[in-house]
Amino acid sequence: MQALYAQLLVGLINGSFYALLSLGLAVIFGMLNIINFAHGALYMMGAFCAYFLLHLTGIGYWWALIIAPIVVGIFGMILERTMLQWLAGLDHLYGLLLTFGIALIVQGVFQNYFGSSGLPYAIPDYPEIGGFRGLQGGMNLGFMFLPVYRGWVVVFSLVVCIATWFLIEKTRLGAYLRAATENPTLVRAFGINVPRMITLTYGLGVGLAALAGVLSAPINQVRPLMGADLIIVVFAVVVIGGMGSIMGSIITGFALGVIEGLTKYFYPEASNTVVFVLMVLVLLVKPTGLTGRAA
Amino acid sequence: MKHRISSLVLGTALALAAGNAVAQDKTVKIGVLTDNSGLYSDLGGAGSTLAAQMAVEDSGLAAKGWKIDIVSADHQNKPDIATTIARQWIDVEKVDIFMDVLNSGVALAVNNLVKEKNSVMINTGAATSDLTNAQCSPNTIHWVYDTYMLANSTGQALVKAGGDTWYFLTADYAFGHALERDTTAVVVKSGGKVIGGVKHPLNSSDFSSFLLQAQASKAKIIGMANAGGDTTNTIKQASEFGIVAGGQKLAGLLLFITDVHSLGLKVAQGLNFTETFYWDLNDGTRAFSKRFSERTKNKAMPSMVQAGVYSGLVHYFKTLDAMGGNPHDGVKVVAKMKELPTDDALFGKGTIRADGRKIHPAYLFEVKKPSESKGPWDYYKLIGTTPGEQAFRPLSESACPLVKK
Repeated sequence: MQALYAQLLVGLINGSFYALLSLGLAVIFGMLNIINFAHGALYMMGAFCAYFLLHLTGIGYWWALIIAPIVVGIFGMILERTMLQWLAGLDHLYGLLLTFGIALIVQGVFQNYFGSSGLPYAIPDYPEIGGFRGLQGGMNLGFMFLPVYRGWVVVFSLVVCIATWFLIEKTRLGAYLRAATENPTLVRAFGINVPRMITLTYGLGVGLAALAGVLSAPINQVRPLMGADLIIVVFAVVVIGGMGSIMGSIITGFALGVIEGLTKYFYPEASNTVVFVLMVLVLLVKPTGLTGRAA
Repeated sequence: MKHRISSLVLGTALALAAGNAVAQDKTVKIGVLTDNSGLYSDLGGAGSTLAAQMAVEDSGLAAKGWKIDIVSADHQNKPDIATTIARQWIDVEKVDIFMDVLNSGVALAVNNLVKEKNSVMINTGAATSDLTNAQCSPNTIHWVYDTYMLANSTGQALVKAGGDTWYFLTADYAFGHALERDTTAVVVKSGGKVIGGVKHPLNSSDFSSFLLQAQASKAKIIGMANAGGDTTNTIKQASEFGIVAGGQKLAGLLLFITDVHSLGLKVAQGLNFTETFYWDLNDGTRAFSKRFSERTKNKAMPSMVQAGVYSGLVHYFKTLDAMGGNPHDGVKVVAKMKELPTDDALFGKGTIRADGRKIHPAYLFEVKKPSESKGPWDYYKLIGTTPGEQAFRPLSESACPLVKK
């Protein structure tokens, strides 16, 4: 029983990454109608950005949480301005192929310079609060040893997810955004700069991916292929949750993390496939995803 | 009658000439088949191709009129892609010898093809000991290491040091299974016990679930029967979950210097594992590694897989030179390679056994503490050496049909 609690918690931790990444994908798809295959590469760039900040300029983890999403977000906005915007109105397939190509190029360039084994990035050891040095160490919960850093990841990503949901569903800015995707011409008639809004939204989605990258840097090795390994699962999460649904992707992200965690306990050999089995089942029963709207 | 005799003479002369032409064919094509883009590309990949180039340059065969070409391809760790490339290399490009061929799944697939087509493979990258056991072939030499040797050296040392209960984290494919099987045998033989294990999919990024199960098992040793990124992530996350601090010991059954480099000494210190090559072993290895490192992009020292490519080719060229030409006949070349003793600066003097196993010493290393390291790539302390004859599976236990009993 104790082991089960531990697996549930570990699942929740992985779910945080799925949620953050699928949230960014959902935002981009919901607002821009682009299936962003470059998401994994941008996540990887977030982690590398944190690494460079630390090793080239000495800027630590906490600042990287803010700076890396901005830097990578700007890179994303440049991509949107120079390439993606020309695909608006075309079939999804064009955006998918373009972003997939971008992902391959970015990963190839990083791999060429940094190899495949990855670079080390330590868990931050400042500030010192109570008996803890930064986010290092861990505490014994009775049923498991919980590293402080993992706890932090869950809490932090929950906050970010809910803030993003709030921004898009509950604020005036979010209302403009949603309106702009429904009927861009009409919204433009009200004097709102729709293309700029689209660019900023893409930047936001990309920033979320980079943030997840920084969060994962101390847990995984900072590797060029770290995003490629993850992105397929995240796409399955988005499909299960319903393309474009913000809350759906957050909940599905956490839920699938937990389900995957349980699979790792009961039948580890299937832990890589369970998400896809679920995806197939959901697609058969409810093709729009659990919370998705009809196309 | 006269006519018949003269035509006989002519025929014989022609046959002789043809035979001579074959013996004096001095062209060789080397195929480096490796992982150029995936999780094993640092320990093989472009470095293996570089090692092959250096072997060609150092052989001096070009001055004796030989023409040697190297081709290289990325098998993406997929046996089907690997065999497609290999088939094309043999049939169309006339490749004579396959080098590296890391990844056990890939190696076993290519092994069959190389035998069928009578080509040559010097495998320096794959771990599975099946290559020289049940699956052995007269066309294949397994050069650097194998699962039996790793298990034998690391496993025995750890059980002797008191690690008598084991739990395995195993990569779920041919290599992981072979390594777990061979290590289990050694642990049990040395008086230890295996109390459990879990098989994880290749290329996993999160090991926390598996590590928690290993932690709950209370085994003294957690044996990592995986490689590359899987191993480094396991080690990193194990330190996060306080596994080593809690008194359990991690055993890296297959660890490469590139892994230690990527982990950093702070995380990797104290790990015990076995390799057959380290750049800082002696003057010969240091000289080669310095030259090698200067020609790589990030000044990396060679891994044992890459060193094996060099060493294997040195012997291959020596054999071809002794034969006076390239007969393009895999079985014949490999048989001659087994006859000649091996000797090079990287692996020292050695032999190749009937089952295709290259014999040389195995070294048990411990990763240095950050304070003990003098600089980049100064990572290992040598703590034990097993002589070649004892390091590998004895021929008496071999299931290889090539071994006469």
